[in-house]
Amino acid sequence: MGNTNQPLLLQGNEAIVEGAIAAGCRFFAGYPITPATEIAEGMSVKMPMVDGTFVQMEDEIGSMGAIIGASLTGVKSMTATSGPGFSLMQENIGFACITEVPCVVVNIMRGGPSTGLPTNPAQGDIMQSRWGTHGDHPIIVLCPHSVEECFYATIKAFNLSERYRVPVILTTDEVIAHMREKITLPPAESLEIIERVRPNVPPDWYIPYEDNSIGVPPMSAFGDGYRYHVTGLVHDVRGFPTSRPDEVDAFIHRLHRKIDKGLPYIQEGEYFLMDDAEVAIISYGSVARSAKQAAILAREKGQKVGVFRPITIWPFMRGAVEEILKNVRAVIIPEMNMGQYSREVKRVDQGYARIITLNRVDGQVITPDDILRKLKEVY
Amino acid sequence: MPEYTRLIHNYLRHDKKFPHVWCPGCGNGILLGSLIRAIDKTGLSKDDIVLVSGIGCSGRLPVYVDFNTLHTTHGRALTYATGVKLAKPSLNVITIMGDGDSMAIGGNHFIHAARRNIDITAIILNNSIYGMTGGQYSPTTPYGMRASTAVYNSIEQAFKISELAVTAGAVFVGRQTVYNAKLLDNLIEKAILKKGFSVVEVVTHCHVQYGRQNKLGSAVDMLKWQRDNSIPVEKAAKMSPEELKDKIITGILVDKDLPVYEEEYEKVRERAKGLA
Ligand SMILES: Cc1ncc(C[n+]2csc(CCOP(=O)(O)OP(=O)(O)O)c2C)c(N)n1
Ligand code: SF4
Repeated sequence: MGNTNQPLLLQGNEAIVEGAIAAGCRFFAGYPITPATEIAEGMSVKMPMVDGTFVQMEDEIGSMGAIIGASLTGVKSMTATSGPGFSLMQENIGFACITEVPCVVVNIMRGGPSTGLPTNPAQGDIMQSRWGTHGDHPIIVLCPHSVEECFYATIKAFNLSERYRVPVILTTDEVIAHMREKITLPPAESLEIIERVRPNVPPDWYIPYEDNSIGVPPMSAFGDGYRYHVTGLVHDVRGFPTSRPDEVDAFIHRLHRKIDKGLPYIQEGEYFLMDDAEVAIISYGSVARSAKQAAILAREKGQKVGVFRPITIWPFMRGAVEEILKNVRAVIIPEMNMGQYSREVKRVDQGYARIITLNRVDGQVITPDDILRKLKEVY
Repeated sequence: MPEYTRLIHNYLRHDKKFPHVWCPGCGNGILLGSLIRAIDKTGLSKDDIVLVSGIGCSGRLPVYVDFNTLHTTHGRALTYATGVKLAKPSLNVITIMGDGDSMAIGGNHFIHAARRNIDITAIILNNSIYGMTGGQYSPTTPYGMRASTAVYNSIEQAFKISELAVTAGAVFVGRQTVYNAKLLDNLIEKAILKKGFSVVEVVTHCHVQYGRQNKLGSAVDMLKWQRDNSIPVEKAAKMSPEELKDKIITGILVDKDLPVYEEEYEKVRERAKGLA
């Protein structure tokens, strides 16, 4: 971990490395890809310094498999990639979902589809991060908008993954990944670091996938004497494959319930000038920086504009968004995609407010001016 | 207590519902027996063994045995195994894969795992077919043989798994048939004890898919074929390529030493800390 107390000038990607180490990550597997490569490079330097392990795999499928394997031994693990690599990871992300193996996947969004615009920012993977792997599964996706927040969101990603035994996706865009900002790393003691719950019963009593009040079974590490079976097939409470409808149903429901119950803890958003806002900009990642600037400039003109910035992109912050929709007359949703998060907002808008989308897919950031121009439609 | 009873009680899971998923007569069961006997001989603790598999009939093997068992995605067993071994080198990691699993969808992982030389034992059940999905041709289906996606016979050349492993840099490579179960026991035991990436190619029969489509007879007929076509590697060395055509070369093809990844990485840690 870098020095604390003295301010550093870090890139978003470097802050993610620092956050991961602070969170206790001790295993990283990855494959180089712009604009996420600095994370792999940083981890290759720092992991061995803290008795962790870095391995460069042959592809992103392998990276994802390796971090799941590492986590099964009780070691916190992470990988980092961008669009093409994120696509390759999807099957194994689903494996982490169904086997409930904590791990963190960083996806720095660049223009797509396919090789797309490797060096330009985009926000085109919002839906992929939700539904990229097949089957019904809940997923947690966090999206920081500054270098400092990259640090804290990475820690939160690990904490949530450990607490709920899920893969957590940390996504942001090329702008945040590469820009440099001042950050003072906090002392380790000041951070809340969560560890997965381990079994406290003797091995003979251990039922690896048994339900409990929080829906998160304690997880033993390979080698600790609790020999059990881990499979990507739907399994019963002992971990053995089952297709008995009652067991399948209970299992899939538990996976969802554990996240539903945790929503107040999982979901986090920033309200910026929202107290008296009559128009809200809903925005995340680098675009939220332009949104805040636009709100400040609009207020100088006497327009009561505020910003709601979901940091938790998924599970969708339905309650918060509904509340905003009820209290403003219009919502503007700028995104560097053809309209992905805005669809979710529209889905919960029961005619409460007018919804205006603002989309850029030319590889350029959305500027405060772009947003101010859009604001004219409601003023 | 007879030896096999002791082994069954010690290594098969009591709480797992049998019967197993395999067809009666499948060679996978013979390998399961060999594996258990080999592990028993090594004296390793069950707690320290992680058995990792991919997807296929072969992939179903770990669920029955009382180790730390991990049934992963198709072709990716070695990537999970890599994570397990590097994160906790004290564990003994063994992977079980099919020929499609390890050579088609997982072929890239296979050559890179061999090249990296992580201390993993890779056991490949080569039945020359995709068993689980119903008999489609695999990368090891010989030229001219029939499969459900090659009803006009396969026009592709087959991979030679062990030879590929040697070329890719595996430090220990051996091949044996399930017919020669005793020799297979020994080979697996050696592979597990070997430091570095070791490969055991297990030539087995899928009489239900491959055998039926190619009219090769029963499981017993296919076992006899294995017996009659096996040539020990020492003998094979004195034979011509023509004489060795369609034969199974058995035994240890390579046994050498190269730096093991985990040990090298320990040095990386030392260097990194010296820098810090
Ligand atoms: C990504 C993916 N593609 C395809 C499949 C379907 N599938 C399951 S098993 C299998 C082939 C298995 O053949 P092999 O590896 O030779 O093992 P065997 O069943 O013969 O033991 C395939 C193609 C899958 N499970 N996952
Ligand atoms: S289909 Fe073939 S490989 Fe699979 S269990 Fe049956 S005999 Fe064995």
